[in-house]
Amino acid sequence: MFLMKPEIDKEKCTGCGLCVEVCRENGITVIDRVVVAVDGVECDWCGICEAVCPEGAISCPFQIVFV
Amino acid sequence: MKSKAELIQTSEFFAGLKADELDPIVNLIIEKRYGRDDILFFEGDATESLIFLASGVVKIFKTSPDGKEQILAIAHPEETLNEVPLFNGGLNTTTAQAMMPVVVYAISKRDIDSLMARYPLVASNVIHILAKRTRQLVNLVEELSFKRVNSRLAGILLENAILDGQAGGARLTQRDMAAMAGTAREVISRSLKTMEDDGIISFDKHRLIINDRDALKRVAETYS
Repeated sequence: MFLMKPEIDKEKCTGCGLCVEVCRENGITVIDRVVVAVDGVECDWCGICEAVCPEGAISCPFQIVFV
Repeated sequence: MKSKAELIQTSEFFAGLKADELDPIVNLIIEKRYGRDDILFFEGDATESLIFLASGVVKIFKTSPDGKEQILAIAHPEETLNEVPLFNGGLNTTTAQAMMPVVVYAISKRDIDSLMARYPLVASNVIHILAKRTRQLVNLVEELSFKRVNSRLAGILLENAILDGQAGGARLTQRDMAAMAGTAREVISRSLKTMEDDGIISFDKHRLIINDRDALKRVAETYS
């Protein structure tokens, strides 16, 4: 199944790990001082990682749709 | 994506020109491709060509000295990105960044100038386009001056929404919405929550769904 993950700008990310601490799904980890989204974890797109990132390096963009 | 010839035929810049007048213009176009997040041009740089967006979505913004972004427009295919500095003869007034992979068609300033000299119709089209830009900026001033965040955000959602299942369309983070509404991300977050509690919008993971378009329009039209 295709799972959406937060988008991470590896150039901006300093690997501080704030987003790892706040993620309720344990969906983010730090590898080699850069944050990566964990495979197989279903992100609920709460955006808290985006809110805490001091570098603006992680984001949860929305597609805005009419139904 | 439109071909160079198709874009020239449908562009408002060249509206009214005959087919044999349009054909040579196609040869003036240079195609450029950018990846997501690439900068197409920076505020303060010289403007060398008129840029038509052929495919993708581009964010046009200004940055304050302390790094705060104000998004002035989200450009969609067939729009031009930099006509104001091009015709003003000055430096770029904004920065443009690709929000997804982007293809642009560029025509040099020298070629645009000679097309305007040769075809008065093109110059007249340019006046219409610049007047439309002025109107958009006046609308933005109105939004920022007189409307509360809720109303501004409602307008932003309506402008950037696409039909469910349709391709393309800007994908906006809460940070983007804040930069467009001229406020902080936290304020946008609260405002979205209020609209969700009111049943106007709902969230399905990465989809922000507009459930009640009329109610959202009413919010957008409310003045403080």
